[in-house]
Amino acid sequence: MSEFYIYALTGGLLSSLGLLGFVFHQHLLRRLIAFNLMGSGCFLLLTGLSQSKQGVDPLPQALVLTGIVVAVAATALALVLIRRWYHLTGQTALPEDIQPLDSQHQKEPE
Amino acid sequence: MFDWLQNLPLLLPWLVILPLVWALLSLALGTHYRHWLAGLAIAALMLVNLGLVGQWLLEGDLTYALGGWEAPLGIQLRLDGLALALVGVTSLVITACALHASTYLDDYPRAQQYFWPLLAFIWASLNVIWLSADLFNLYVGLELLGLSAVGLVALTGQAEALGAALRYLYAALLGSLAYLLGVALIYSGYGQLDLLALAPLLQSDASTRLALALMTLGLLLKTAIFPLHSWLPPAHGKALPPVSALLSALVVKASFYILARLWLQTGTQVVVPSAAQMLGILGAGAIFWGGWMAWRQNELKMLVAYSTVAQLGYLMLMFPLAIGVSPAAAQLAWEGGWLHLIAHALAKAAMFLAAGNLVLAMRRPDLQGLHGVGRFLPFSLLGFGLAGVSIMGLPPSGGFMAKWLLLQSALLSGQWWWLLVLVAGSALSALYIFKVYQQCYVDDTEVDSFRHPSLWMDVSSILLAILAVGLGILSAWPQALIGSVLDGGAG
Amino acid sequence: MTGWHYWLPLLVLLTSLVASALIFWVDEEHSKLRSSINLGAAVLKISLVVVILVGVAAGQVYETRFALLNNIDFVLRADALGVMFAGLSSVLWLFTTIYAIGYLEDSPNRRRFFGFFGLCVASTLGIAFAGNLFTFLVFYELLTLSTYPLVAHRGTAKALRAGRIYLTYTLGGGIVLLIGVLWLYGLAGDVEFGDQEKLSDLAVTHPTTLKWVFLLLIAGLAVKAAMVPLHGWLPQAMVAPAPVSALLHAVAVVKAGAFGIVRVVYDVYGITLTWELGLLLPLGVAAAVTILYGSVRALMQTDIKRRLAFSTISQVSYIALGISLFGPIGTMGGLVHLLHQGLMKVTLFFCAGNYAETLGIHRICELNGVGRRMPGTSLAFTVGALGMIGLPPVAGFISKWYLGTGAVAAGIYWVLPVLVVSTLLNAAYFLPLLHRIWFRPQTGDWPQERTLGRWDTSLWLLIPTLVTAAFSLLAGLLAASDFSPLAWVELIVSTEYLP
Repeated sequence: MSEFYIYALTGGLLSSLGLLGFVFHQHLLRRLIAFNLMGSGCFLLLTGLSQSKQGVDPLPQALVLTGIVVAVAATALALVLIRRWYHLTGQTALPEDIQPLDSQHQKEPE
Repeated sequence: MFDWLQNLPLLLPWLVILPLVWALLSLALGTHYRHWLAGLAIAALMLVNLGLVGQWLLEGDLTYALGGWEAPLGIQLRLDGLALALVGVTSLVITACALHASTYLDDYPRAQQYFWPLLAFIWASLNVIWLSADLFNLYVGLELLGLSAVGLVALTGQAEALGAALRYLYAALLGSLAYLLGVALIYSGYGQLDLLALAPLLQSDASTRLALALMTLGLLLKTAIFPLHSWLPPAHGKALPPVSALLSALVVKASFYILARLWLQTGTQVVVPSAAQMLGILGAGAIFWGGWMAWRQNELKMLVAYSTVAQLGYLMLMFPLAIGVSPAAAQLAWEGGWLHLIAHALAKAAMFLAAGNLVLAMRRPDLQGLHGVGRFLPFSLLGFGLAGVSIMGLPPSGGFMAKWLLLQSALLSGQWWWLLVLVAGSALSALYIFKVYQQCYVDDTEVDSFRHPSLWMDVSSILLAILAVGLGILSAWPQALIGSVLDGGAG
Repeated sequence: MTGWHYWLPLLVLLTSLVASALIFWVDEEHSKLRSSINLGAAVLKISLVVVILVGVAAGQVYETRFALLNNIDFVLRADALGVMFAGLSSVLWLFTTIYAIGYLEDSPNRRRFFGFFGLCVASTLGIAFAGNLFTFLVFYELLTLSTYPLVAHRGTAKALRAGRIYLTYTLGGGIVLLIGVLWLYGLAGDVEFGDQEKLSDLAVTHPTTLKWVFLLLIAGLAVKAAMVPLHGWLPQAMVAPAPVSALLHAVAVVKAGAFGIVRVVYDVYGITLTWELGLLLPLGVAAAVTILYGSVRALMQTDIKRRLAFSTISQVSYIALGISLFGPIGTMGGLVHLLHQGLMKVTLFFCAGNYAETLGIHRICELNGVGRRMPGTSLAFTVGALGMIGLPPVAGFISKWYLGTGAVAAGIYWVLPVLVVSTLLNAAYFLPLLHRIWFRPQTGDWPQERTLGRWDTSLWLLIPTLVTAAFSLLAGLLAASDFSPLAWVELIVSTEYLP
């Protein structure tokens, strides 16, 4: 029982880390990776929490499988958009995000 | 007389299957047969809709387990009166957008290739959401919807649109994950995901509250409720007009739909009036901030986009008006809220399409371009004008009837502060709508070479606008559909 | 039950609604076709109203009804009071349309103008036939919407400003009215006109609430009726073309407000209940203040149309004053003034428009000697002005006579000095105009003379003016006959007034 909670807690931790990364980074790729981290944490939480009842519950596995497919699709779409965005503007972040934190951002390499 | 309807095979799954088939076919066949394919798919879906209306009237709420797999492992579709109304509105709006796009996109040959499949995906995922009976299914629908919508925003491939699309994508992804976390918590606590089955089980413990809070937060972000709205105006304002219409009219409503079902049907044991009041305050914020920002815009489409932010705020008033009050007041708020959603869907789609026509004709995006437009393009203007009537909530439009019901509910439960918010919000919307109207009377321009939008582009926006205004006269019927849910469901 | 006369009230509305839809469809250049649609619809509407009029006089009730929401009906019902207002607006619509066709000849945006013109009259008829408060509200707001394009029609900075002011006032008034109606519906459910028992029961339990609701309703209506201090939009709206001013003042907007006040007092609250709640006196005082204030301000104007505007503010409140006199005679005075003021004011605005179009006269000092140059128009103006003062045998005299005797009959003597003073003021601001027109010699050239035909001015402009002037004269001369406005008002009072 408790081992499943370890999974769940790890999942929670990963999600929180991902969220922090998502909020505090401006680089679009970093944010995308943060999102994937968050997603993985979320899936871990979903499986970890619900296995604790009795034996193995097949439903969360099915759900997570679906979730992973969706996340892959989302990541692919995001990559296409980021690539094209970089191509057109030479930016790696969204303009609205850069302005208030301009000084910080310029230290990062392109 | 209608016995044959009962003998038809169950039509429900076709609402999802047909658009998916359309999407795959249009991807496979390329752009050659796009109009035929769209016409065929729309006609087929309209027939399915009509059949479903008949079946629903005869048999009441319908359920269907996809592939014969029962819940919890299988996917269940459920059609109640509300879902039926929304399925119908979706068909109408998508048909009009398709009609508009069929000639508007002639200028964007590269966009054609992706527009039609994405449109079909949007339709499929919207229907999945309206019909879904469980929380996870809703998640899948939301994700499919969000990704197709982002694809549509990015359609032109220009930097401005791409930036808006990326911003939208990130907001949508964050919202979905927050929602998914909530689903995980609920499932671990109750081993159940079905919306109706969960309703009596839910207990007001910390993990359920956390789950509900996470889901709510995610859905608020996806619905662009103030102060989480900043992604919406660029995404809706910079996209192509048929896309903007689709997004403002339907896509943002999908996440609100889940939120409302969660709070008002599933979570009735858990939600507390104070939390509902908080949601109402967010709604009031949206109404005032969105209205104010709309008034300050000088670009026609951005004004319409900010108006969406404001109008979404009215939907949030449903929560304080329906939670912790007498059943009669709750019923009025429920009916008024959904009627507002429908009226806004029709009117805002009409408005975005008309705005697109006007911008196309003026060859400039700002309001001053409207000078003298009325003389040359009365029909493009008519669509905008009629839609504006419903957005302002003036009679006899659907928007007025919806506001009337909400106001009645506020009065009945003695929450006069929401009454004031509703009234002040209407005044504010009159301010920005008339700001547009007023420009059309100025006749100081030397420009008399306007580009004339095609007939279909005008017709699509005018039809939707007439529906939005006419909804006020026919609102007894949708009201009965919507109201039936609360009568028999959670009550 | 659902025979043809079930649809009759709706049909009357549809004639102008369909006409306006057709006009929006017809291209700008086809002015002949547009005029034919306009006039055809106006004549058709009058015939339908006459059919209803005859039926109602014979005791027939025409009602169109269907459900809007599950507890609110959309009701159009032709009762005697409604038919009176409908008759007035459909007759005046015909003449105003003829006038407008002449007035706007060769000016741009006529399609928009006549389209909204038709919509405006459709909403006025909706107001006339509305059978419950909700339906009334719907058409009341629709009227605001359809008149805005007429006020802002010219598109100049001044017109747009007038449009903004007009909207601010009327939408604000609309909101106040909405809250009042909402509150009443929350208390009493669907409020049908003529079903006062519901409210009499409520008056026992919630007298204070009913007073507040009354205040809200009347305040909302008083904006359109231009009662002081809610009159500010009316003088501003004078920048609109002359037919619009005629429409605003005599047929549609101001009258809709006054008509609404009549409905609220008689058919929602009932005159007895209003009296018992002590609401008639404040209404009467507000009307009296408006009458005097409007007249004084009219005296100070140098622009013809602005003087007429303030005169309207003052004259329309006679209607409210008549209602507030608790007794059948005063009521007759108020109601008949609804008709008489319409006829006379529309004549005066037509004349002002003729002067402005033909000779470019806008200011009072430019009127010197115009009687010889434009005798027909000036004659009509004289009839209208004398009527406004209340000189027999013009229609205005009948109104004032009934108001005065009504006040005496009800024992409300403070009304008499108000009537006397306002009559003196009316004389003071109209007689100098007549003096200039007929007895002063022409001073210099006309500001901007145009030759429009061999008569005073174009016949499109002259004939409606003369006809409405003749009507105002006949309404006074034949007041005792069976076909006069007074006779109809007597019918209303005898069937509806039960104090």
